Amino acid sequence: MVQSIPRKAVDQTGIEERCDRFKKRSIKKDAKVQGLQLALSMIDLTTLEGKDTPGKVRQMCYKAMHLHDAYPGLPTVAAVCVYPNFVETAKKALKGSGVLVASVATAFPSGQSSLQVKLDDTRMAVEAGADEVDMVISRGKYHCGDFGFVYDEIAAVKEACGKARLKVILETGELVTLDDVAYASRIAIAAGADFIKTSTGKVQPAATMPVTLTMLEVIRDHYFATGQMIGMKPAGGISNAKLALHYLIMVKESLGQQWLDKHWFRFGASSLANDLLKQLVKQKTGAYQSSPYFAID
Amino acid sequence: MAKANTNNKEWNLAPAPESADHVQVKEKYDLFIGGKFRAPSGKKYFPTINPANEEVIAHIAEANERDVDMAVKAARKAYREVWSKISAAERGKYLFRIARLIQERAREFAIIESMDGGKAIRESRDVDIPLAAAHFFYHAGWTDKLQYAFPHQKVEPLGVAGQIIPWNFPLLMAAWKIAPALAAGNTVVLKPAETTSLTALKLAELIQDAGLPNGVVNIVTGAGPTGRALVEHPDVDKIAFTGSTDVGKMIQRSLAGTRKKLTLELGGKAANIILEDATIDQAVEGIINGIFFNQGHVCCAGSRLFVQESIASEVDRRLKHRMNSLILGDPLDKNTDIGAINSKGQLATIESYIAKAKKEGLEMFQVDCAVPRKGFWCRPTLFSDVAQSSVIAREEIFGPVLAIQTFRTIDEVIDKANNTPYGLSAGVWTDKGSRIFNLTSRLRAGVVWANTYNKFDPTSPFGGYKESGFGREGGVHGLRAYVKLDA
Repeated sequence: MVQSIPRKAVDQTGIEERCDRFKKRSIKKDAKVQGLQLALSMIDLTTLEGKDTPGKVRQMCYKAMHLHDAYPGLPTVAAVCVYPNFVETAKKALKGSGVLVASVATAFPSGQSSLQVKLDDTRMAVEAGADEVDMVISRGKYHCGDFGFVYDEIAAVKEACGKARLKVILETGELVTLDDVAYASRIAIAAGADFIKTSTGKVQPAATMPVTLTMLEVIRDHYFATGQMIGMKPAGGISNAKLALHYLIMVKESLGQQWLDKHWFRFGASSLANDLLKQLVKQKTGAYQSSPYFAID
Repeated sequence: MAKANTNNKEWNLAPAPESADHVQVKEKYDLFIGGKFRAPSGKKYFPTINPANEEVIAHIAEANERDVDMAVKAARKAYREVWSKISAAERGKYLFRIARLIQERAREFAIIESMDGGKAIRESRDVDIPLAAAHFFYHAGWTDKLQYAFPHQKVEPLGVAGQIIPWNFPLLMAAWKIAPALAAGNTVVLKPAETTSLTALKLAELIQDAGLPNGVVNIVTGAGPTGRALVEHPDVDKIAFTGSTDVGKMIQRSLAGTRKKLTLELGGKAANIILEDATIDQAVEGIINGIFFNQGHVCCAGSRLFVQESIASEVDRRLKHRMNSLILGDPLDKNTDIGAINSKGQLATIESYIAKAKKEGLEMFQVDCAVPRKGFWCRPTLFSDVAQSSVIAREEIFGPVLAIQTFRTIDEVIDKANNTPYGLSAGVWTDKGSRIFNLTSRLRAGVVWANTYNKFDPTSPFGGYKESGFGREGGVHGLRAYVKLDA
């Protein structure tokens, strides 16, 4: 199966030039407010730390539902993203809010374990109620050229996900070239990914615009060929509102309006929300409020 | 799979116009002769309009033969008495000063360029004006190093250069002409295009502020007859012309038998060639940039697209998808991709070609976007399955109209690409390096871009083969056109 997936080259200079064009869009007034709110609604509010506790997760879940109560009419974030052992806690805390629970799995972040352990990890998250699973691919196997292994593993995890949507993390910072980012994206989509995602957030560089554009173009290829939409999630490194708006422009102009929806596009981020809120308040009041006015859960 | 659970309102950009409040445009502009602005002897002025709304921006003096004669005399006097006497390093200082002043006033220049010519502010701000400054900087560096540009030869200036420039890149073309001429020690009389004189006249003000000796640069405005008076003036040593091939031929005929030197940069009908192994999405971006940059008012525009048949449908779909994301409208809006057509006359020319192509039965695709009521506009347009013999594959349209042709083999595409009287530029898209070298060495074009398009740099010579002209601008090759060499 994996042999039939085409390897198509990507021109890095061309990708970078295109990204510069996105950054030159000027987003003002109503368009800015709408874009900022859209970005907020697309966040996977994330905590993935060794020191995570039920308390930390519950507090973050509260923030997910109450981004900034002083500003009425705001959306909630799309989801929270936690380790599998906190899915139950998060699920309970978010009950009835519409905020989804995403769980990382498959020996996150390195993916260095047996398939059995990865599948167990996935099932544990799903059984605890995860709506979405964020898996990592085996980058070591990818670099060995064992693309069949990478493909089969994704397909197996997808099966273990059941109804949960599967996000496949490529960890593009470890794949390095855009040619490889594109090929890994094609493998992930062919193997059943509902979303493709750039990074774990544990490796630098995490999400960048050129990497994201490369992945969006693979999604577009797939859509043109099959009519099937695939979601995209850049994660890590998108911490300010201006950059988030550039990403949304990129999505709109490369894929189209129909992807500007939390069902199809997410930001994996922990600190982005507060900068979006700060800009929204600035648009409304004309003045920036200082950071202490925005809760840090 | 779960369905989308939200139904977001379409996200469209709000207007983001560049403010023109601080821009100073006078109601009336005189001729710039001998370092001063002078009223035209015929007392005639013509309006210059904003092609995006048809409003008159200013009135421009029309130079007649007497005015042109005065300008040439001023240039000759400045050449004899000052410019050929001062040291080369001193000449360089003036050029550096002009370059820096252009940078300082870049915003004002960009806005005026967009108002007067209709081009999107994104382009005038990011391409035209920075490149104009770069040309002065680059040539400023050459002034005292001419012996190194032409080793073992005695380098002398030509004298007085008459320069006639087009309306598509008004300030940039002025820089391309003036900078090398001055660097090599010549003085100039420049005639801007009649629809876009303003930035050249702003440049005249800047040149005054730079303290350039009087008469080194003279600017005479007007239409064809003004240009003819300059070309036919007996005391001009060199003519440099950028514009249409028809006018270029007229100039060459008129100069035959005189001692005047000539360089011509004329029309083009560039082949932009996409091979099956190209990175398609990036090639599509190159196609867009190649034909829709500056509304296609580019002599090196990639107006003939050659796509290998095996990828033709893939390219077609992506190209149309990309075209639909182009924003057409107010040139001063920072989000505008496609500005206004430069003039009513040019719009009529473009429309006549579209009509001819339709009459030939060609399949047309046009972006379905709103077009402002006033002003001159043309939606980005492409025609598919165009034959080599179609009029839109043979003649320069100078607008946002792309002719798509297909091919099967590399030999075939080289034959087709070269099967044109023009030869200014070409583009090649392939992931394979050896193919790039194969094509670039066999394409009869002055500039060939590989995996990119419309890249300009003062260090790089630019110019054509065949009826696209002769002589080069930029780089050492460009300097060569403004010097006399003696072994």
